[in-house]
Amino acid sequence: MIGRGLERALGILAVIGLVTGLYTGFLYAPPDAVQGEVQRIMYLHVPLILVSYFAFFVVFVTSILYLARRCERHDAIAHSSAEIGVLFTALAIAAGSIWGRPTWGTWWTWDARLTTTTILLLIFIGYLMLRALVDDPSRGATFGAVLGIIGFLDVPIIHMSVVWWRTLHQPASVLRPGPSTVAPDMQVALYTNLAAFVLLYGYFLVKRVRLEKARWELIRLRMEGAA
Amino acid sequence: MSFVRRVVAIARKDLLAEWRDRESFSAMFFFAFLVLFLFNFALGGDQTLIRGASSGLLWLAFTFTSVLGLARSVQGELENDCLDGLLLYPAPREAIYLGKLLVNFTVILVVELVIFPLFAVLYNMDLWSRLPKLLLIAVPGTIGFAAAGTLLSAMTAGLKARDAMLPFLLFPLTIPLILSAVKGTEVVLRGDPFELAVPWLKLMVAFDTVILVASLLTFEYLVEE
Amino acid sequence: MVTPDAEGRMPGPAPAVETRRLVKWYGGYPALRGIDLCVAPGEILALFGSNGAGKTTLLRILAGRVRPTAGTARVAGFEVGKGGDSARGAIGTLAHGHQLYETLTASENLAFAAAMLGLDRAGERIAQVLLRVGLKAAAGSSVRTLSSGMKRRLALAKLMLRECKVILLDEPYASLDLQATKLLEEFLMASKIGGAATILATHNLTMGFGVADRLAILRQGRLVFEGRRDETSLDAFRALFSLHGELGEVE
Repeated sequence: MIGRGLERALGILAVIGLVTGLYTGFLYAPPDAVQGEVQRIMYLHVPLILVSYFAFFVVFVTSILYLARRCERHDAIAHSSAEIGVLFTALAIAAGSIWGRPTWGTWWTWDARLTTTTILLLIFIGYLMLRALVDDPSRGATFGAVLGIIGFLDVPIIHMSVVWWRTLHQPASVLRPGPSTVAPDMQVALYTNLAAFVLLYGYFLVKRVRLEKARWELIRLRMEGAA
Repeated sequence: MSFVRRVVAIARKDLLAEWRDRESFSAMFFFAFLVLFLFNFALGGDQTLIRGASSGLLWLAFTFTSVLGLARSVQGELENDCLDGLLLYPAPREAIYLGKLLVNFTVILVVELVIFPLFAVLYNMDLWSRLPKLLLIAVPGTIGFAAAGTLLSAMTAGLKARDAMLPFLLFPLTIPLILSAVKGTEVVLRGDPFELAVPWLKLMVAFDTVILVASLLTFEYLVEE
Repeated sequence: MVTPDAEGRMPGPAPAVETRRLVKWYGGYPALRGIDLCVAPGEILALFGSNGAGKTTLLRILAGRVRPTAGTARVAGFEVGKGGDSARGAIGTLAHGHQLYETLTASENLAFAAAMLGLDRAGERIAQVLLRVGLKAAAGSSVRTLSSGMKRRLALAKLMLRECKVILLDEPYASLDLQATKLLEEFLMASKIGGAATILATHNLTMGFGVADRLAILRQGRLVFEGRRDETSLDAFRALFSLHGELGEVE
């Protein structure tokens, strides 16, 4: 059982992190030499992407653990992490799209990383839909675990296929998002925001898992009442 | 030995049933044909445009068609509690998965083999001389699609929204496979040197391996309640 | 004949079926709320209960198809869900649905079952059981063309293909004609002599009472009555059953 103390600490730290992140992102870091102010979206976009991939990695690991040990706790973490992952991925794609409009002149481009991320989002939206449709909680957990494992294993293959598909046909985009050549001040802003989103993920996860546990506890209490 | 015997028994039983009434085959074949026929109107009857897009069109027809067959294959087991009976036999779950996979693979491949020449006739293309190379692409593509489909249809079979859920789960997962098959077919249809298709072939083999191993390891968890 | 002691446990040889505090929940709904049950080898237990009492769930758990939410069950010497193929091989079932493939012929269905059961040279055995259930003439006709009574008999033939340690029957009397009922009872008696433990779930009081050694009533996921058949009469038991039925409606 994760204590309420940890939850509160994570919450407070996440708020501090986000505020600091806003400060470093908007005021501390200089505007980009080429892209100008709009580049500041990177401080939102990149941490969101990284954290959402981490969230799906957590789904992968806890799904394997669930199948191996049949412990509801692992499923609760997997399910919660998938929900947060879908939320963060959707936000990251939206942020990327807003960034892409002034930078690339288009809301959407079939860039390899963007396409891979979108496919991953579709797979995990399918995961959440399937879980919502299955009535029996233990079957739902099993289906989710299998899908979580396969979905994550699919990512490198998806990425490779999409990269080849793009590079074998079109030259890569001139302006690519990402911290390839980032000034030190920008790095500070990026890492501060990354830390803030990791804390936010941790806070959401702990809170969501506690909710799931409460649901299980309710079922268990009703079971005892009925038995 | 008894493992192989059970795989064969399941495949034989399903293929025999399929041979008797050809229910899923004729539905799949007719649907695939309709899709190919409609492309002509969707692309304004422009023959060069259609020929340029032909590998994509073919695989779009195959994937949509396969979903029909995959759904039917589990549906047949749900009638009269057959699936329950099947799972009560002293047979390893992996044998049941592989038996079903063999059936789905065979049915989809047969549909593809009928559609290839039909497509060639409809759009006046020379596919006959290229058939061996086409099969080299189609077989690994079909294995992966059938493998993922067999696993996922076991999940969606009991759901009310199964008709919508199966493609919703299957298509995103198999995008790398569909992409590779389309690209590989494109190389063959254009008459480009086959080496260009090799990376795509490798990618399909990688996908097939991952999905087969993952399915064999997880299938038993899916079928228990 | 072995009798249970005060706690309902069997002395002597290990029971063929034994459950301890078996609980099953479907979502937020309890199907079984703590079942303790014992069936000895060579014993026939008739399990009565109205629809939704949990009979099918209990049988499915014992057959290893459904994982219990809590509690344990041992069937034919295996912990349920852990015995794998050896456990499944020892259990014979007859379910609600006849579990036959409609497009295949009667003998093809049996040949498939024999292959899945791992029986060698099954041809002769298949001919035998078809003869026994009176479907020899229909061996080559597809199941789709058979009447529902014939389908039930074919399902019974499938069960007869081999000897089982535990037999689980779910409403076996549904759409069985007189002749087939007699056939089923002969089969049960033969299996009993062979040492098989049988659980027969039904709401047909007369039939179930006729073949059983022990009787049990399941109501809303609980065993509300358990006793030996020779200690009661059909009329007394019928009264008891309808009383429990009314109690169920009151709840």
